[in-house]
Amino acid sequence: MEEITALLVSRYNYWAFIVLMMVGLYGMIAKNNLVKKIIGMNIFQTAIILFYVSIGAKKDATIPIIEHGHHGEEVVIKAVDYINPLPHVLMLTAIVVSVATLGVALALAIRVYRQYNTLEENEIKSQLSEE
Amino acid sequence: MVWQFDVIILTLVIVCGIGALAVKDLIGAAILFSAYSFLMCLLWAIMGAVDVAFTEASVGAGVSTVLFVAAVFQTRRRSKD
Amino acid sequence: MKKTGLIMVIVTGILLIAGTTEFPDWADPNSPASSHVSPYYILKAIDDTAVPNVVSAVLADYRGYDTMFETAVIFAAGLACFFLLRQFNRKRAKTKMYRHVPTGIIIDIDEGGKLPEENSNFERIDSQWTPYDLIIKTTCRIIIPFIQVFALYVIIHGHHSPGGGFQGGVILGATIILFAISHDLRTTIKRLSEKMASVFSSMGVFLFAATGMLCLLLGSVYLDYSALSDLLGTDPVMARSHGILIIEIGVGLSVMAVMIWLYYNLSSAGKHNEGL
Repeated sequence: MEEITALLVSRYNYWAFIVLMMVGLYGMIAKNNLVKKIIGMNIFQTAIILFYVSIGAKKDATIPIIEHGHHGEEVVIKAVDYINPLPHVLMLTAIVVSVATLGVALALAIRVYRQYNTLEENEIKSQLSEE
Repeated sequence: MVWQFDVIILTLVIVCGIGALAVKDLIGAAILFSAYSFLMCLLWAIMGAVDVAFTEASVGAGVSTVLFVAAVFQTRRRSKD
Repeated sequence: MKKTGLIMVIVTGILLIAGTTEFPDWADPNSPASSHVSPYYILKAIDDTAVPNVVSAVLADYRGYDTMFETAVIFAAGLACFFLLRQFNRKRAKTKMYRHVPTGIIIDIDEGGKLPEENSNFERIDSQWTPYDLIIKTTCRIIIPFIQVFALYVIIHGHHSPGGGFQGGVILGATIILFAISHDLRTTIKRLSEKMASVFSSMGVFLFAATGMLCLLLGSVYLDYSALSDLLGTDPVMARSHGILIIEIGVGLSVMAVMIWLYYNLSSAGKHNEGL
């Protein structure tokens, strides 16, 4: 029982991310509306970004901005005092790219609507099979 | 970090994510998605990723909601599932 | 489809949760991800670049290539949206609606009718035109300059506080979008045309790539800003700091223009006249 509690405390974050990711995946697979699929894709994306950022988290550390950095005085910097900045850098660009891909996805959805006058996947499919 | 806050926000994030997929009104879904993004931003601020939180607050909760609303305005507001 | 999807999702979820048992504990300072490359960045960022915000230093200096191509990806997304949606050869509307500004009278002008002169009191309006809300319009007019100054502060001050080109650029773009929402798309496009947005977005990427090229021409490696020290008149360490600032400005310009461009195309479905 103790082991399970310890495992739960150290892992509950990861499990929440996995639940979130599965919510997004379900939206992408099972939803019929194209805008809903795009929302699912975005949830999936943010879940992965959340996971990456949480890899960089450190206990008892501060944000990755070096203290007393702009006075030119000699301070001893210890790596354990600062949160790992590398995942932040990679994910920062990923977020901005995600809004760009969102724009392209919505543009595609508008094009599909212009052509078929609907956003439901099954109606588009039946219109395609009629042709 | 206070773990109680962490658990509360994680629960709210999951609720907002499921809600955004479940609501039939697409404008409502966009607003719920905006709330989801903002809670996500809080989560990153808790983890100490200030730059990422800042980006998410401006991009996820700001611009992407506007893009969703604009696209829904051009198409149809009702969804069948 | 729903049942298959649910089963697939549950199976994947269980597999992933089983995988987490191998992970290091959450927020463990000695986890493999935090013990190899990142200590170097934290320890050396001040000595190498004189930038206290490690994220900015890594983003624009150590991993400059990454950021450059991300900016290119954003530019490409704006371009893709333009090619997908933009309609040029559309049928012109038969009746044009004009509004007399001082009195608020709306007139329809049929095809072939005499149009009002450019600088008269008449303004062209959309067919779905609704009266502006005075409070929203005035508030937005007052608040937009302050947001823009804040966005510039975020770009310039990215060395010492959270922020940088991406965030500042998005906020700048959001101010223009706010203007478009509180007024209408036609007024906004008159202020900041589509051509300008496209030129800005490519200019940002160009500024980034050209800075790298300049470093190459001055006899160093691509995107090694310490080569700019003679040109800027500072020592190599400060030159890297200034180089990061130039890069941030380029990124901000590009991101701002792409956000505006995406909004123009999405909100009017490529017609650019009757938007949100």
